[in-house]
Amino acid sequence: MTTAGSQSDAAVQFTRPLRLTFRDDLSSTLLSWLVKSFLFVVTFCSVAAVLLIFVFVIRQAAPFFAESRVSPLERLTEFFTSRRWFPEHQAHPEYGILAIIAGSFYVTITSLLIAVPTGLLAAVFLSDIASFRTRQICKPLIEILAAIPSVAYGVFAVMVVAPWLQKNIGFPTGTNALNASLILSVMAMPTIISVAEDALSAVGREIREASYALGATRAETMLRIVIPAAHSGILAAVILGMMRAVGETMVVWMASGNATQIPSPWWDLSQSVRTMTATIAGELGEVPQGTTHFHSLFAIGLVLLIFTFCLNLLSEHFIMQMKKPKR
Amino acid sequence: MMVRHGKTVLFFIGLTLWAAQPVLAAEGKTLQIDGSTTVGPLGDAFAEVFKELHPDVSITVKKTGSGDGAAALIDGRCDIAMMSRFMKDKEFQQAVEKGVFPVAHVIAMDGVCVVVHPSNPVTELRTEQIRDIYMGKITNWKELGGPDMPIVPVSRDTSSGTYESFHSMVMHNEKMAANVEYVNSNPQAHARVRSTPGAIGYVGIGFLDRYVKALKVDGVMPTRSTIAKGIYPVSRPLFLFTNGYPKLGSIIHAFCTFYLTEKGQEIIEAKGFVPVTEY
Repeated sequence: MTTAGSQSDAAVQFTRPLRLTFRDDLSSTLLSWLVKSFLFVVTFCSVAAVLLIFVFVIRQAAPFFAESRVSPLERLTEFFTSRRWFPEHQAHPEYGILAIIAGSFYVTITSLLIAVPTGLLAAVFLSDIASFRTRQICKPLIEILAAIPSVAYGVFAVMVVAPWLQKNIGFPTGTNALNASLILSVMAMPTIISVAEDALSAVGREIREASYALGATRAETMLRIVIPAAHSGILAAVILGMMRAVGETMVVWMASGNATQIPSPWWDLSQSVRTMTATIAGELGEVPQGTTHFHSLFAIGLVLLIFTFCLNLLSEHFIMQMKKPKR
Repeated sequence: MMVRHGKTVLFFIGLTLWAAQPVLAAEGKTLQIDGSTTVGPLGDAFAEVFKELHPDVSITVKKTGSGDGAAALIDGRCDIAMMSRFMKDKEFQQAVEKGVFPVAHVIAMDGVCVVVHPSNPVTELRTEQIRDIYMGKITNWKELGGPDMPIVPVSRDTSSGTYESFHSMVMHNEKMAANVEYVNSNPQAHARVRSTPGAIGYVGIGFLDRYVKALKVDGVMPTRSTIAKGIYPVSRPLFLFTNGYPKLGSIIHAFCTFYLTEKGQEIIEAKGFVPVTEY
């Protein structure tokens, strides 16, 4: 904060004439226009990148549906209702991604079932219970979790978690839905914790104090007042965590086993599944360009893109709600 | 609000229409190589060396499958066809009718080793049994004389050449069962079998070591020698086909005999195949 003395000094130093000449006027207008358009171009670049990705994916996915050999409707029906994915078969290729979509849901939902309660409890602890010192130590440590490259998680999943699951729980295969979900939940947790913690902290101190003043205990205040007040921010945290889990590729490719099946019975997480991201990452590398298989991978990409796009809109919605003043 | 959204929607529709246009690519004068996805990596690696030796010739290697390679040679669309099988009678007939005389050059041997966990007492399987495992008809090792343990079949990803070899030589192009797991490299297949007692997988001969156990197939152990001689059942020659024997000293001749050079043999081994000189 400036003192009164320095303010008067500043007034003395203020020497710019109040009436501008035409030249001054023109140059400052030009400068402001230049800076504005430069900033616009910079902003537009990132927007354009997003749009171009959309265009590119649609462009590459279109031939898959518009191929002359089968009608688009048949293609679509097979695509979304068949569980059989044999894109490389020479005589009778099949392009059904039902099992693959199901696989994505399996690992995403299971990882959320693990990560959301854990993350939420951690957020509550950090925002309301932990001392200032503990919080200062814990928050950066949690953020380090987000900085570990996913390949490192993948190696951990294959080399440590998979043999452990086989040896100690007796699963026939260690690379399965549970393994991928466990690792994904660890990866989604930093997002969930930090966003949920922000939401809980955003609930004003006066609301908590009002609750205490009415005789509520700490637990009652947390469960009945603070969490309900922060619900939109918490939902945004869950959705952001979900997006992390849906979009993660390397870990699921390495940890999920990539068997194209819907587990039966449905709750059996010890069976291996295949996700949309893993299918794209695993097969795009060596597939001949321009084949139906190539375009079918982009069709999967389109499904994934639409899905994450919707999730993103939803989370934007909740974040907007969080920012509105609470009355 | 509605008007603004309407504009956005129109914009996206416009983008979509524009995106659906086909892409056109121009083609220059090249040495055209086309064919098998199995031989493809060898063709690519050979071409890489040739691009340094002959910078004036531009070489394109397409991997569209053996059948397409043969068709391209017959139609004169390529100079060298890479094939993982011999030409069929019908293809030969078509070729001769069009004045093309296919000549085969065997450049390497391809063998796929079937491996299990070292603790697995099973030492030998027949090709039909391996096929039944991958088709989901045999699901427990006790059906094969092993312990009571579910079988975890591990396959390479469907775009790989090793998958293609296994798929045609063992599976006879039958589709695999839904519970087959996929990994996308030989080292990963090795790692999965090494760490999973119930697993069965397949890798190139270069990836055999003491951590995984190679199985005898139809009574033959996979070794470099049995693969080069073709005694091992899951082995086959890899061909280049040309129109007539290439003119001596031409670039096609150099390409088709490149497998005899030291560099060529190095590449063949690096790609997980067995040089024919291993005999």
